[in-house]
Amino acid sequence: MGRYTVRRLLQMIPVIIGTTLLIFLMVWALPGDPFAGKCGDRACPPQYVAQMTEKFNLNEPWYVQYALYMGNLIRGDFGESFSGTSVTDELIRTYPTTAKLAAMAILIEVVIGIGAGILAGLRRGGFVDNLVLLSTLFFISIPIFVIGYISQLGFGVQLGIFPVTVSSEATVYELMLPALVLASGTLAYVARVMRTNLVENLRSDYVRTATAKGLARRRVVGVHTVRNSLIPVITLIGADFGALLGGAIVTEGIFNIGGVGGLIFRNIRLREGAMVTGAVTVLVLVFLIVNLFVDLLYAALDPRIRYD
Amino acid sequence: MTDPSALYPPAAAGADERIHPDSETALEAGTEGPPGAPQQADKPRSLTSDAWHDLRRNPIFIVSAVIIVVLVVMAAFPGVFTNKDPRFCDLNLSRQAPSADAWFGYDVQGCDVYARTIYGARASILVGLFTTIAVTIVGGLIGMIAGFYGGWIDSVLSRILEIFFGIPLLLGGVLVLASFPSNPGTPQLVTIGKVVIALTILAWTSLARIMRSTVIQVKHADYVSAARALGGGAPRILRSHVLPNAVAPVIVYATIVLGIFIGVEATLSFLGIGLQPPVISWGVAINDASTYIRQSPHMLLFPGALLTITVLAFIMLGDAVRDAFDPRLR
Repeated sequence: MGRYTVRRLLQMIPVIIGTTLLIFLMVWALPGDPFAGKCGDRACPPQYVAQMTEKFNLNEPWYVQYALYMGNLIRGDFGESFSGTSVTDELIRTYPTTAKLAAMAILIEVVIGIGAGILAGLRRGGFVDNLVLLSTLFFISIPIFVIGYISQLGFGVQLGIFPVTVSSEATVYELMLPALVLASGTLAYVARVMRTNLVENLRSDYVRTATAKGLARRRVVGVHTVRNSLIPVITLIGADFGALLGGAIVTEGIFNIGGVGGLIFRNIRLREGAMVTGAVTVLVLVFLIVNLFVDLLYAALDPRIRYD
Repeated sequence: MTDPSALYPPAAAGADERIHPDSETALEAGTEGPPGAPQQADKPRSLTSDAWHDLRRNPIFIVSAVIIVVLVVMAAFPGVFTNKDPRFCDLNLSRQAPSADAWFGYDVQGCDVYARTIYGARASILVGLFTTIAVTIVGGLIGMIAGFYGGWIDSVLSRILEIFFGIPLLLGGVLVLASFPSNPGTPQLVTIGKVVIALTILAWTSLARIMRSTVIQVKHADYVSAARALGGGAPRILRSHVLPNAVAPVIVYATIVLGIFIGVEATLSFLGIGLQPPVISWGVAINDASTYIRQSPHMLLFPGALLTITVLAFIMLGDAVRDAFDPRLR
């Protein structure tokens, strides 16, 4: 386990360097005007150009630029918008709401997704199974902004079950509908993966052994099969966390939530490119780190990986 | 008829020798086929023709294929579906509800929502198609090189691949397109091209992985050694041995991902950094409609519905093709 952890941590270093380099090149160093779309609909004022040229060292060769940019990132400086707002300050202000929303969405994915997957897998070919397969296909296909508006219209405006928009306090009740919308896509994948794994594991030798030993079906399914089927689901939730963060931009925009996603959503409309790219860079790094943890967790759960 | 098995006369049952692990389902398909169809062939059918044989009997395949054909016709000849001009707008009609005159109603500018929804198919299908082609070429080539040459080339390419793989599609799309913004003055093809390039940069990795693993699987097969011994060079081996093996997984992946690209494009356009007016697109239409969602939901529901049906059709088609090519997944 120790060796695996160290190896995985070491592998992470080139990926982080590569990703930040890639983002830096795309945002600041590719041919073309690096200030396009960074100052609203107008051209950038010369003071801002001068300030940013100095801040991002745009007169230096690209590798010097990158090294200095990386230094800024490590010190927690993700740049500033042309109105002078620091990206880091904005992120610190907004991240608790997004963290809450994401946690709720993941909880919904886990509870409903795994529940639906187990129900469908246990009665393969039955009514519930077909219902789950059809509805998940629908949720996989429907783009998040479409389902966001439709549920806002249906559950918020017409039925009045949930608030239409979220106040600055962002209570759990207010975030319920946005979290359901945000979870819908990944939830469908979770249910499908859970179902497939369960069906496969139910046919395996160790389940036959457990049944032959005379264990109750409840114990065979609950302890032996479900626990083993959960492992790939954890990887899936980690891998789909990137889609969740992307979806948060859309969901928070639709429901007017004051989190990181809402921040990015509003700044895209204002064409505040520096704020958008700074905040998205942080989300990409968060995604990479979450995946590192998921991989380590995976190794803790599945001995086959640890002893490779 | 593209099914080569139709060329062979029906033979006695049981004479069907198959080389792939499809015996159970193949027998089923053979005995349950409609009368008159060639049930057993003298010669083993290829995986492709066998898959085609299964597909023609799959209702999901037929439904999704019909939807896609309709969408493609819609994208190519929108005039077939509507004789209204999507750019003709009358502010007097702004936000009028659906009626016999305008089935989907009018939008904020008083343009016909039905006509704009029909014309919107073109941009989405173009982005999906171009991105899929670009991803297949870029990812396919890189994966083939990495898998075939192995060694340090493979290591370097795999590390690069990991970096691109670590950037989620939607977040990366926002990053790239926020750095290279379009505005209403940008030519339409340039706007579409930017979205295609942004998605290609981020999405080539999965296809490269598929290609690489296929090449590695095939590389050590006996027939490849034989081809080498006979003096076949790398291009020949890649063309006549590796590519045919890669066709099935690549087609399956490409079909599913085409639907996903259309969804991501619409999301980016909705955010305001993908396609921009004057390009007519579903994402932009939904974005424009979102301000009036309480008063005039029809402006949002119709383009939203067609967008969802499009994505659904491609994903269903991909699922059906995968089931046909890989019976083990059943």
